[in-house]
Formats: sequence, structure tokens, C-alpha cells
Amino acid sequence: MTEAQHPHDEVIIKGVAAAPGIATGSVYLYSKMIPEVFARAITPEDVPLEIERLRNANARAEKELRKVLAFAEQKLGSDSATIFEAQVMILGDTILMGTIERRIADELRNAEYIVSDEISKYKHLMLASTDEYMHERAHDVDDVMNRIIRNIQDQKLYSRLEGASVIVTETLAPADTVVFSRNQVLGYATDLGGVTSHAALLSRSLKIPAVVGLRQATKMVKSGDTVAIDGYAGLLIINPAPATLEALAAKAGRFRAFEEKLADIAGLPAETLDHIRIELASNIEYAEEIEFAKVQGSEGVGLFRTESQLVGRPDYPGEEEQAALYAQVADAVFPHPVIFRTFDVGGDKLAPDTHHEENPFLGWRGIRVLLDRPEIFMNQLRAILRASVRRNVRIMFPMVSTLEEAKRARAFVHQAKDELRAKGVQFDARIKVGVMIEVPAAAFMAEQIAAEADFLSIGTNDLIQYMMAVDRGNESVATLYQPFNPAVIRTLHHIVEAGHKKHIWVGVCGEMAGDPLATVLLVGLGMDELSVIPPVLPEIKKIIRSIKFKDARRAVEKVLTMTREKDIRDYLSSIIKNKVPEIPLEN
Amino acid sequence: MVERTVIIVNKAGLHTRPAAAIVKTASRFQSDFFIKKGVFEINGKSIIGVMTLAAEQGSSLHLVFNGPDEEQAATAIVELFERGFGEN
Repeated sequence: MTEAQHPHDEVIIKGVAAAPGIATGSVYLYSKMIPEVFARAITPEDVPLEIERLRNANARAEKELRKVLAFAEQKLGSDSATIFEAQVMILGDTILMGTIERRIADELRNAEYIVSDEISKYKHLMLASTDEYMHERAHDVDDVMNRIIRNIQDQKLYSRLEGASVIVTETLAPADTVVFSRNQVLGYATDLGGVTSHAALLSRSLKIPAVVGLRQATKMVKSGDTVAIDGYAGLLIINPAPATLEALAAKAGRFRAFEEKLADIAGLPAETLDHIRIELASNIEYAEEIEFAKVQGSEGVGLFRTESQLVGRPDYPGEEEQAALYAQVADAVFPHPVIFRTFDVGGDKLAPDTHHEENPFLGWRGIRVLLDRPEIFMNQLRAILRASVRRNVRIMFPMVSTLEEAKRARAFVHQAKDELRAKGVQFDARIKVGVMIEVPAAAFMAEQIAAEADFLSIGTNDLIQYMMAVDRGNESVATLYQPFNPAVIRTLHHIVEAGHKKHIWVGVCGEMAGDPLATVLLVGLGMDELSVIPPVLPEIKKIIRSIKFKDARRAVEKVLTMTREKDIRDYLSSIIKNKVPEIPLEN
Repeated sequence: MVERTVIIVNKAGLHTRPAAAIVKTASRFQSDFFIKKGVFEINGKSIIGVMTLAAEQGSSLHLVFNGPDEEQAATAIVELFERGFGEN
């Protein structure tokens, strides 16, 4: 906040909508509590008491962690829960605890000082490593250490959280979400994180509105401030004015009424008034999301982000482990299809063998990594093929820039098939293999690539970023991230035409597919499939069912004559307001 | 005293799960068990210690066993390493 602003002025911070809903309440500013530790001399007579304090604290810490572990296993799956399991094991490390107790007696110092000193040794060793994985483990060790010390000092973890609050914090770990959710949490607002973070996933499953990626939110509020969270638009509003609160309450009511109405169309097809059928699928990261996607009326999975398996682990999962997951997903989605996108690591996504790059978005990522690491690629392809026995599985390659890459990737699929055949393993011999179009070079060569593919799916997030040469996370240039820029629309047009010329289907799996403002445009361009995040699915279906394909086609003809992004937005917005007035548009 | 040298064969090196497997196996025996890697020496029955060993695939570790059942302990631990902790 600048000094010119009155402290009670309304301030709106734009972040990323992570879990839908609207919440208003007082802030609880949560910073990871780091207990202060002072060295204190004790007498030999104090030693038994000091050791008892340590043991009691240890027992309480273990009880806390076991709760977190149980919750994490249930909500996140056993792999993600391994982090907490290791922490529980450290608490039960008899060598470590024996050393600490011996040092208390020998050095005649208080328990928390010795705990801090002894465990820090290991932490520093881990931090000295050049391995990113070891740095993460150092955080885990640090967490355990603070948990023991806090319990020795007999501090309750969140004693200041009284009544219902909006939690504002730098970043939310699954462990924090667990503790908070037992209290009355109205909403979450975090500085860091994207829609795909574990915390975002948890908020959605707990039905708590959340906005993430707010960057400086924790610096701009203090506990007790009044804020509102708009989990639809991705806004944190500090000191909301009465008029804003009224508008938000009205919006919440509108969305609730709309959501109730939308539930009725979940079982109906995504078909225009003149009977053009669009395949409306969902973008999924974890198998646990499929149930919700089905409830929302999803017709399959248009993008399964397989790299979610890599979160919190140092290695790529083996073929068996992957095959089990893919089979589970394929079964859950059957009879609808699921598109498994092969590992898309690099860029902003962690790879197990992460290395530093000056410019990761233009670096070693997506198919580039897989083509360089045949053993990882082949493991994954065999695992996907093995899950294809019911013929509802498709494969898609991310970040393809050249025709050559598409051909090489496809050759790997042939090789994987040959290997499985030689071993007598069943799979779908005619599995469909598609290419994600998200690099401008690939977009220009869409026709040639289409000749080598069974389908094309457009990743609009990266395509727009690369076309406009803008990092949308960079606030200074974020306004140049324009999904409705005429250059972007012409490119989408070119890709669809190219695909159809080669008689294959073309879809969109980027965020644009889930933007209600884009639906008329994408349908009119001739997209055969839209894949969206499950929460927005009914809304997009409602729009498709309220328009005529020939009108959408005409709208696109008009849009293609326009040269300003704003004009295009205004025009599309006027169509929605006219044809589907009940859709609550953001702008 | 029994000494052995092992090479990490599993792809992910000594991450959390293998570390846990080592500690659990070592704890079944009375003998002391230490792991040396370069200048570091850590107690092989301590999870936090074993976690600290950033041993990657291909790196070698020196194992030292000392106690009444040192031969059996050495056999069990070396086998664990050779099998790559069942991770390959």
C-alpha cells in the first residue's frame, strides 16, 4: 500500500482462483511459527525432569504428526504422505534421541537447546548438498525440530485462531490445511502457489474458497483486518467497501442459484441448438478428482497431467507403479476416453533430475526431456499402453516444436508396442496418439504435424505466452497475456483448419477452454473437443447448449475482421449477455 | 568387525524409503552399524543420519559392523543394497 492511500481504502489484489466460493471475514495472518530457543544451564538434579519434558514433547509431536499423516494418506494418497512418514520416523529415531538425552545430562543444558543444536547439525549437512531433493528433506527435518521444540515449550500451535477466519499465509502445506480445517476456516489466501498445488486441491475437496498466487498479500494485511475472498475471480479484497460487500453477496447468491440450476444439465450432452456435438472433457491431475468431474457431467478426461506423480518424490515412478495408476484412471473414466499426456516436466514444473536453467520456459522441458531420456519415456509409454486394454486410452505429447520430434515420439510408441507384443502383453493396438500444439513453430506446421497425429490438442496457456512473448506471472507485462488477441485467434483458426484438412479432430485443453467468454469463439472456430477444469464444466456446457453453431461460425467471421483485443472481448461478452444472460461473467 | 563396500544400484539413490529400509533391517541386529561415505560417518540405525547421506546411484558406501551378530547383519544389509531396495 502506498502512503498516499488511506489505511482503510479498499485494496484489490489479483491472484489465481484455486477453489470456488466467496468468503468475508477477519484475517488470521499465519506465518510458520519458528520457536525461539535460548541456552539455559540446568543442575544435575534437573536432568531427569528435563528428559521427561523432552519425552512428553516427543510423544505429543508424534500424536500431531500421526493425525496429519492419516489425513494426508486419505486425501493425497500414500506417495505424498511419505513426507510425513519420514518425520514420524525421525521422532522415533532412538539413536538421535539417545544422543540428545545423553547431551542434556553431560552438558547440563535445557532440552530445547540440545534438540535444536543436535538436529541442526543434520539439517546443515543436508543444506550443504547440491541436490535439490536434499534441500527439501532439510525442510522436513526443520519442521520436525520445530515441532518438538514447540511442544517442549508447551505452546499450542494455532492458539490465536479464535472463531472463523480467513487464513492469509505465504504458502500452505498440506499439514497446515489439515490443522486449519478442523477450525473454522472461511477461506485461504496465499502468496505463492498455483491452481495445481496440493493446497488448492485440498481446499476444493474441503469446499473452502481459496485464492493463491497473490504474491505480496501477507505483507499487506495484518491479523484482524477485514477481507473478502472471491474464489471465482481469484481476488483478495482488503477492507472491502460496503458496496463491494453487497456486490459480492449478490454474486455469491447468483452463483449458488446458477450452480443449482446447472446440476440439472449434468446428464445432458454438450450439443448446440442446431445439434453440433462438442466433446466436453475435463483436465485432471489426480485420480481422486475423477469422481467430482463425473458429477459435473464430464465426458472423459481430455488431459491427464501424469507429472503429478512426481510431486514430492526424487525419482520417476517405475512402469508397474505407473501402469497401476493409469489402469485405475482408465477404469474410472470408462466408457469415456482418457488422454494421458506424457510427463511435462521443466518450465515451472519440477523434474526429479532438476537442474538450473537460465530460461526454463525456453529450455529442457516436455517432449525434449523424454526424447533425451528414452528409458523414462519407454517406461511411461509401456505403462500407458498396458492400461489401454478397454480401448478408451489415448496418448499425447507435450511441447512439440518440430515435425521431427512428433515423428520420433511416435516411433517410441511403436517400439513400446513391439516390446509388449514380444512379451505377450495385451494393449490397444490402434491406440490414438496426439500432439499438443503449444509452440508457435508447431502451430505454423500444424498441417504437417496433423499428418503424423490422430488428434491435436491446443495448450493455450503456453501458446499465448510464447506467441505474445510474455510471462504472465510477471506483473509488469501481464496485461499483454491476451487470449483474445487477434494473432492468437488467427493461430487457433489455422490449427483447426489444418487438423480438419487432415481429417483429425482438434481440441483445446488450455485454460481458455474453461473461460465462458471463449466458448462461442472456440465452438465457432470448429473445435471438436474442449477440456476444462471440472468446476467450470456445467457453465461451459450451458453456453454450448444455448447457442447455434451457425451463429457461432458467423461470430467468428466477424471476430476475424477485428484488430483490437478489447473489441473482441466486448463483442463476445455481448453475445453471452444476449444468449445466456444467466452466465455470471467476470467482466 | 566386518567391513563391506556397496554401490548404490537403485535409480533414486538413498532417498527416504531405502533409508527407512536400512534402519529397520539394521535395528533387528544387536551389532553396531556405521556407514562411511567420504569423510562422513553416520550411525546406520539412525533414520535422520541415513537420510543425510546424499548417496546417488553409482556412488559407493563403506559399511562397518561390530558386535555378536555382525556377520548376519552384514549379510542382510548388503543384500538390501544389492537388490536396490526392491525399487528397480
